[in-house]
Amino acid sequence: MEFSGRVWRLGDNIDTDVIIPARWLNTTDPQELASHCLEDIQPEFNHAVQAGDIIVAGRNFGCGSSREHAPIAIKASGVACVVATSFARIFYRNAINIGLPILECPGGTGSTETSHQLLVNVENGRVKNLTTGEVYQANPFPPFMRELIRAGGLLPYVAAQIGRQQQP
Amino acid sequence: MTITEKILADHAGLVEVHPGQLISARVDVVLGNDITAPVAIEQFATLGADRVFDPQRVILVPDHFTPNKDIKSAEQVKKVREFAREHGTVYFEVGQMGIEHCLLPEQGLVVPGDLIIGADSHTCTYGALGALATGVGSTDMAAAMATGQTWFRVPSTLKFVFYGHLPPWVGGKDLILYTIGQIGVDGAQYQAMEFTGETIAELSMDGRFTMANMAVEAGAKNGIFAADAKTISYIGERARRPFKVYRSDPDAEYAAVYEFDVRNLEPQVAFPFLPENVKPVSQAGPVEIAQVVIGSCTNGRLEDLALAARVLQGHQVHRDVRLIVIPGTQEIYLAAMRQGYIETFITAGAAVSTPTCGPCLGGHMGILAKGERAVSTTNRNFVGRMGHPESEVYLANPAVAAASAILGRIASPEEVV
Ligand code: SF4
Repeated sequence: MEFSGRVWRLGDNIDTDVIIPARWLNTTDPQELASHCLEDIQPEFNHAVQAGDIIVAGRNFGCGSSREHAPIAIKASGVACVVATSFARIFYRNAINIGLPILECPGGTGSTETSHQLLVNVENGRVKNLTTGEVYQANPFPPFMRELIRAGGLLPYVAAQIGRQQQP
Repeated sequence: MTITEKILADHAGLVEVHPGQLISARVDVVLGNDITAPVAIEQFATLGADRVFDPQRVILVPDHFTPNKDIKSAEQVKKVREFAREHGTVYFEVGQMGIEHCLLPEQGLVVPGDLIIGADSHTCTYGALGALATGVGSTDMAAAMATGQTWFRVPSTLKFVFYGHLPPWVGGKDLILYTIGQIGVDGAQYQAMEFTGETIAELSMDGRFTMANMAVEAGAKNGIFAADAKTISYIGERARRPFKVYRSDPDAEYAAVYEFDVRNLEPQVAFPFLPENVKPVSQAGPVEIAQVVIGSCTNGRLEDLALAARVLQGHQVHRDVRLIVIPGTQEIYLAAMRQGYIETFITAGAAVSTPTCGPCLGGHMGILAKGERAVSTTNRNFVGRMGHPESEVYLANPAVAAASAILGRIASPEEVV
């Protein structure tokens, strides 16, 4: 699976309160959530984001609350994947569970800036900045998580398990 | 093995587990609230499961936007209420409810040795009881409601040893803020934080809940305390189930050990916009404030209200400050009333509210306008956390919060008591 897209560059410690502020959590509608995604720190994001764009961030992306509304808002806004130096653990789990591809590049993503063009290979973890030519390496997913992603997220995976249990 | 590893091993039916290992484990309790449960309920419906794994172990607490702040919130809570009725799960209605992480231990619904997941990041609070409790998202909650199982990556453990008697006005909030200031907001990423040492032995249960509560603010999977006599006397009469006490082996392996001498620790204040931006209160400088919030799953317990009342007794809230006090549960509210704390708050000019998360997450009941600053006993001071993106939140203990409400600026309780 490969994505090529335009970059939105964010900093360290992007928390779930700025990804989707709590004042919008009285709904579960993905499109409505997407229309407020990142509005407190990148007011232009939800107007200008295009399907296939890629978020690139620093350390501890998605820290804070367990609201799954955060990866849901990002996914519904059309973002194809998120590349960060590291992710907060609940966000990491949630993103995998709902099928938002995320890649952890422990060595960072160099001079990558907003509006650069990025090529991301989810299988081998190779991330290439097509604007600068720089290449970064992301951690590959552990086999169990690859299985989850292949199944289409946690729900189809569990539904399959339940189905298996119910068979005589 | 550490306590965390032992609890995971037992719940996975394994003799041993090691950090990094992926395991599937049985969970004792699955928790959700009015923000996360509606998503999980929709997902549960798609799973093809017709009932929850054990209605007594699925706990639903609408507490964030309740009493319902608007029509949309009312619809969300209605969805949760109807699901709870249909499946016979544990459910707390307005009038009985409290902030989930104050409520579950008080009601004896979580006990030492439990493995608990909750679709709320501060589920880690129950680590104070010697349980392994961790926050997950709605999808995890949905899957666990159906199966009673979930997957975990076994975390490595960081050990924090605290030495020395706590100085006056210094408590669990200051210990954990100081710790986060030392290691940073991702200093315990994916790891367990085990708190121990002579200071911890002296610390009250309420103080321990506050510390475990904020483990997630250092990126941790869980915070944990070995259950001791204090734990047992707290949970003994409340527990609705038998429980098991785990202790770390003397030769348990830790990823790192931190030792903190806290004899000279001052009350700590976390400046915007991260809980790691910590300063001792004496170095806060002149910070004028418009609002003070005393409450939340971090500091909305009886001991917190007692401290605030002690500082506010005989004083008035500053004319430029709005003081909002929110007891964590109905039981805490009643006890605070009987002790006279509520009267002290109201006489001082505070607004006292029924239990709710409310302003802690910028939900309702005290939202900040542009440019306003608040001192709050809550756990997060992110951009826009309590209202306008250009408002600011300073995190502190309840005594500092009360003193600040009196003086209209960040203040030490020593300045007023
Ligand atoms: S009081 Fe604040 S931190 Fe605690 S559960 Fe409620 S919103 Fe979350």
